[in-house]
Amino acid sequence: MSATSARPSHAAQPSGSAFIVKKALISALVALVLFSLMIGVRTEAGPQGGLIYWTRFGDLAALVGTVFGGSIIVELLRQWWGPVDKDSIVPKPVQSAISFAGRWLAPALLVFAVLVPVIFYDQRYILDLSILVLTYVMLGWGLNVVVGLAGLLDLGYVAFYAVGAYSYALLATNFGLSFWVCLPLAGILAAFWGVLLGFPVLRLRGDYLAIVTLAFGEIIRLVIINWQSLTGGPNGVSGIPRPTMFGIPLDNSDNGLAARLGIEFSPTHRLVFLFYLILAMALLTNWVTIRLRRLPIGRAWEALREDEVACRALGINTTTTKLTAFATGAMFGGFAGAFFATRQGFISPESFTFQESALVLAIVVLGGMGSQLGVALSALAMIGGFELFRGFDQYRMLVFGIAMVLLMIWRPRGLIGHRAPTVYLERNQSISSDLVKEGHG
Amino acid sequence: MSGDPILSVDRLMMRFGGIVAVNELSFSAERRKITALIGPNGAGKTTVFNCITGFYRPSGGAIRLSHDDGRSIQLERLNDFRISKQAKVARTFQNIRLFPGMTALENLMVAQHNALMRASGLTVLGLLGLPSWREAEKRAIDLARAWLDRVGLLDRADDAAGNLPYGDQRRLEIARAMCTEPALLCLDEPAAGLNARESGGLNELLLSIRNEQGTSILLIEHDMSVVMEISDHVVVMDYGVKIAEGTPQAVRDDPKVIAAYLGADEEEAIAVMESGT
Repeated sequence: MSATSARPSHAAQPSGSAFIVKKALISALVALVLFSLMIGVRTEAGPQGGLIYWTRFGDLAALVGTVFGGSIIVELLRQWWGPVDKDSIVPKPVQSAISFAGRWLAPALLVFAVLVPVIFYDQRYILDLSILVLTYVMLGWGLNVVVGLAGLLDLGYVAFYAVGAYSYALLATNFGLSFWVCLPLAGILAAFWGVLLGFPVLRLRGDYLAIVTLAFGEIIRLVIINWQSLTGGPNGVSGIPRPTMFGIPLDNSDNGLAARLGIEFSPTHRLVFLFYLILAMALLTNWVTIRLRRLPIGRAWEALREDEVACRALGINTTTTKLTAFATGAMFGGFAGAFFATRQGFISPESFTFQESALVLAIVVLGGMGSQLGVALSALAMIGGFELFRGFDQYRMLVFGIAMVLLMIWRPRGLIGHRAPTVYLERNQSISSDLVKEGHG
Repeated sequence: MSGDPILSVDRLMMRFGGIVAVNELSFSAERRKITALIGPNGAGKTTVFNCITGFYRPSGGAIRLSHDDGRSIQLERLNDFRISKQAKVARTFQNIRLFPGMTALENLMVAQHNALMRASGLTVLGLLGLPSWREAEKRAIDLARAWLDRVGLLDRADDAAGNLPYGDQRRLEIARAMCTEPALLCLDEPAAGLNARESGGLNELLLSIRNEQGTSILLIEHDMSVVMEISDHVVVMDYGVKIAEGTPQAVRDDPKVIAAYLGADEEEAIAVMESGT
């Protein structure tokens, strides 16, 4: 066998300079057409309401030139690298690096997370941000059960977040129930709604399931807006009680925690408490998910993602299996919602828009579906990184979008796309993402 | 037919719109025997399989499964996963349907789902990690290990099923079906794509399943070396109807079977049909 036939992709790819220039020209032309209206002509409403416009051909030319040059550089780089060989097994050095990272990165992150309130005690902003990041880590882990393990594309996850938040808010403000009583109730109610939604829609697959879950998310939001007598409509629910440390309030009253301990009151105490609360809740989510994966139900979820027909042939009740995945994910969403309500003290339907669902889904997909560590890292990058880009001002969304596109090109299956087996006889080797299916609902 | 049938198919009908895929098919499969269902492409064999294993609901007729303990189940009334769970009928697929992103061992663990679900107390006991669950899991792993050993894949237990060579995947799928501890094993073209050595190994595996586990086997096969060597009984279908049945030897010499497979002149075919009826 000759060298060329061993790598047919090499011979098939044209590589002459004419080809590169042609490709660059086409890219430049596309850029010209696209940007001529977006950049070349700028329109604005004039002082009298009339349309005024001016041209910016200089900027347009610069942009088209950049695309031309950039296209040549990208093509040259691609040829320099040569064709990408796709091995279905993860290469050894990568595998050992991953296992090293998996062994040390997760514990290191955990230790760091525990120490955050100690290190950043005086920086209220960072504490607030880390609470937000952890909330999304928990949401990501919750959705990971549905999307990552069971392979059911759920675009309406925020509905369960909303159910949890409103459950706590309404139970606490109307009946005066404490946070610790409401937390399980919020989870149970969200899981109940998960099952309720699940029954009619789980016969749908793939895109159809995604659309119906998307609609469900909107329905919940619209019901909350319009059911004024119960939810307060667009005004939301305010005066939601803050969490207490098992009955001891964290305020500067006489029987508050600070007074009882005989230390000076500081509002940071409550932040630290909230931080550890959400950390504990997120870790519980993680622990339960890891446990479930090694139980028959978790294996059935993953098997369902791999091949539903084969599952049915093995006597697995696919309906109840899907429902349990939906309910479990919804329950964690409900817990996170209850936490959100108690942290904010005020909730309104605006907090539960489709954008939240999309963000949590993006966290799961970018992190690597099914990977707990990947989801945590990507929540950190998405929420923390978004704050980091604050300096870019109006280009923040642009930078963010580009980063997401690049990540998906570089790692189409997410940061950590490989799958760790749930049981092994001798070698615990990870499975390449090429073999793992995304699921079709 | 005399004997002790585990599966009796009685005037099975399957229509898709105006097309009659299976027309009043009756046959039975003996307990602890290997029954082969053969016929040219498009004869309706896989449709029969899908009716037996609950993927299709038959348009008419009855399919009865009688267990060793005398329990008798009408399969046409069960559907979907219940066929495997309650009636203990396992199947493999013409185009292999493993869980490619899971290891060989995990594939066999998924097959023991229902037994393990019971042992894990519907997940609650398992979540708490009670000893009774751990025992059950260990037993499940041992069963999986035993089957991996039987099909010669013990050293590949921790490899992703999708990474295994084609022949290994075929054997793994049979092992996975056997891990559900079926009374009747339905194999849809188990020898498709195997070379002569591999199909020889398959013959031995199927005979050992019949002899050691006492599992009855119903198989669709095109590979005549497999059919003739291991079948106890052969049913031949063409155009949705049964055209012959009997021992492999009898079927091989049946002129109607030869006509169906090799084609025949029109007059010859008519002559054959008339002589048969």
